[in-house]
Amino acid sequence: MYRYDEFDERFVRERVGQFRDQVARRLDGSLTEDEFKPLRLKNGVYLQLHAYMLRIAIPYGTLSARQLRQLALIGERYDRGYGHFTTRQNLQFNWPQLRDVPAILDLLADVEMHCIQTSGNCIRNVTADHFAGVAQDEIEDPRAVCELIRQWSTAHPEFSYLPRKFKIAATGAQHDRAVIKAHDIGIRILKHPQSGEIGYEISVGGGLGRTPMIGKVVRDFLPKTDLLAYLEAVMRVYNLEGRRDNKYKARVKILVHEIGTDEFRRRVEAEFAKLDGPSVNADPEELARIESYFTPPAYQSLPEDSQALAVAKAANPDFARWVDTNLTPHRVPGYSAVTISLKPVGLAPGDATSEQMRLVADLAERYSFDELRVTHAQNLVLPHVRKDDLFAIWQALVPVGLATANLGLITDIIACPGLDYCALATARSIPIAQAIAQRFADVERQASIGELNIKISGCINACGHHHVGHIGVLGLEKRGIESYQITLGGEATENASIGEILGPGLPAEEVPNAIEAIVGVYERHRHDGERFIETVKRVGLVPFKTAFKELADAVA
Amino acid sequence: MASSATRPPLPAILLANDLLDGDVVFAIGEADGSLGWTRDPGLALVATDDAAAVRLEGFATAELAAQHVVDAYLVDVELGAAGPVPRHFRERFKTLGPSNRPDLGKQAGEGIAARRSV
Repeated sequence: MYRYDEFDERFVRERVGQFRDQVARRLDGSLTEDEFKPLRLKNGVYLQLHAYMLRIAIPYGTLSARQLRQLALIGERYDRGYGHFTTRQNLQFNWPQLRDVPAILDLLADVEMHCIQTSGNCIRNVTADHFAGVAQDEIEDPRAVCELIRQWSTAHPEFSYLPRKFKIAATGAQHDRAVIKAHDIGIRILKHPQSGEIGYEISVGGGLGRTPMIGKVVRDFLPKTDLLAYLEAVMRVYNLEGRRDNKYKARVKILVHEIGTDEFRRRVEAEFAKLDGPSVNADPEELARIESYFTPPAYQSLPEDSQALAVAKAANPDFARWVDTNLTPHRVPGYSAVTISLKPVGLAPGDATSEQMRLVADLAERYSFDELRVTHAQNLVLPHVRKDDLFAIWQALVPVGLATANLGLITDIIACPGLDYCALATARSIPIAQAIAQRFADVERQASIGELNIKISGCINACGHHHVGHIGVLGLEKRGIESYQITLGGEATENASIGEILGPGLPAEEVPNAIEAIVGVYERHRHDGERFIETVKRVGLVPFKTAFKELADAVA
Repeated sequence: MASSATRPPLPAILLANDLLDGDVVFAIGEADGSLGWTRDPGLALVATDDAAAVRLEGFATAELAAQHVVDAYLVDVELGAAGPVPRHFRERFKTLGPSNRPDLGKQAGEGIAARRSV
């Protein structure tokens, strides 16, 4: 893992000191709310429905045990004993008091964490494939480039007041688990088809929200050494030409859409040609220093299969189900990446108590080289686990409610906080996720349905990624009640696509019935072994719309 | 802040977030006739006519300027047995707490006996 150098340490500490002073001035009346709001947002402090909310950056979703324990401590000492992991691989606390935030930031700085650039019109926390460094289909670990971008973009004087927020995601694998096509910039590490040289494919202009767009490739192959200069060129074009007259049209996706991909690419390339690359690009020594923090841990030489695992699976069906559902193949023989689901049926997706965080931290320390990951799907990952240790881990997870076997299944639902917490929301998300999970709680049924991603947002800002859910649910207000729009056929992978609306909005209590109807169509039409999304793509929306219309007509 | 042009239908209450902890607070009539803040939605002062609404609006303006609260605005309510209940579901949630966590927030009685923090 990356460790702060002296500059990082000093910078973060100074920011805490500055914010402590700003809070003091707010509390003594020297700063008005209008003056203070942009300052608190720059430090991750929002005002939500019931309280302030603090958003903590987890760069590229990687955490150490010590860091997770510190989050547990903060949750216990300054919040209500739990935190919420988000689709941005961040953690949010829902109940901090303003006067306590500087103390919380100090505790974060103690473990090399902060809340900088988790809000505001700047380059936000860079996200990455949560299986970075361990995935079998990976060409190169993307976290070094994410860390490089973090350092380049942090408090970048030219890009601190962009037209709108700016999100960058990176993957080093063939299969996109970082939803890069729904980001302002998506970076995919790839090998040049002729030379074999490793470089980047750059997409720009993806995003969800009220105007969902899939990112467009503007560079098929960018040499690694040119990355920062090229990103700077993209940012300059956007900073200069992105719309500032209308916040709803200010994201780079709108600029790319309005002038066209070819013209956007031309402008970026022209800017790139003018830039003094060597003065912008990372010093190779610095890049090597960063890369050295992401070298693989000291794996043991193990056989691919574990006898201990086989024995434990044979003796314990619940464990066997968890193993068959929540593991991801590891690049190193004898190891596995373990997803710890934060989607127990009936609870809020992404929430974890301080007790659970401590337990996971202990497991990471003991069994996963002191490392864990936060996924954009709001789960946690122990990335480097010996198969021999899986049973011990599962036994530790069961008593704290963290052994739910549902990775990628219908109950592994993404949901934003919605109107239960969020001041921007137009409807609730969490109770919808709970109701769907309860409807499909039967584990045999879940296994029979197979991979199915439901994503729920409580407003058009789409923090719950509903546009790219196989089934998307968007909560809106309709004539004074919560109303839910269902979309179908979205995908968050390298085949990213935006789902299509099935019909009119439904009241909350009908959403599980609608999901049931959609699943029913799938079950009637699927071929052997065909995943939900494959059936949707093959048969099209018509049969799903027909079933949905029957339901909607009955409700109307 | 609500002005007469944006004022919701009456009856209405004034709610805001406390500056220090962000908790939702409600304007209340004090024993001496002045206005203050309570954390208990059941005790919120209900404006039933324009004069009372104007008074709440003036209080909101003064309290925002005094840096005691943020995001103060009038909310239209129905009068229930336990006090005023916002007509809109968003504001109802704001007076209760997260619906998935009945153990948290005002619905659980958290802090409602306290006044605005000082």
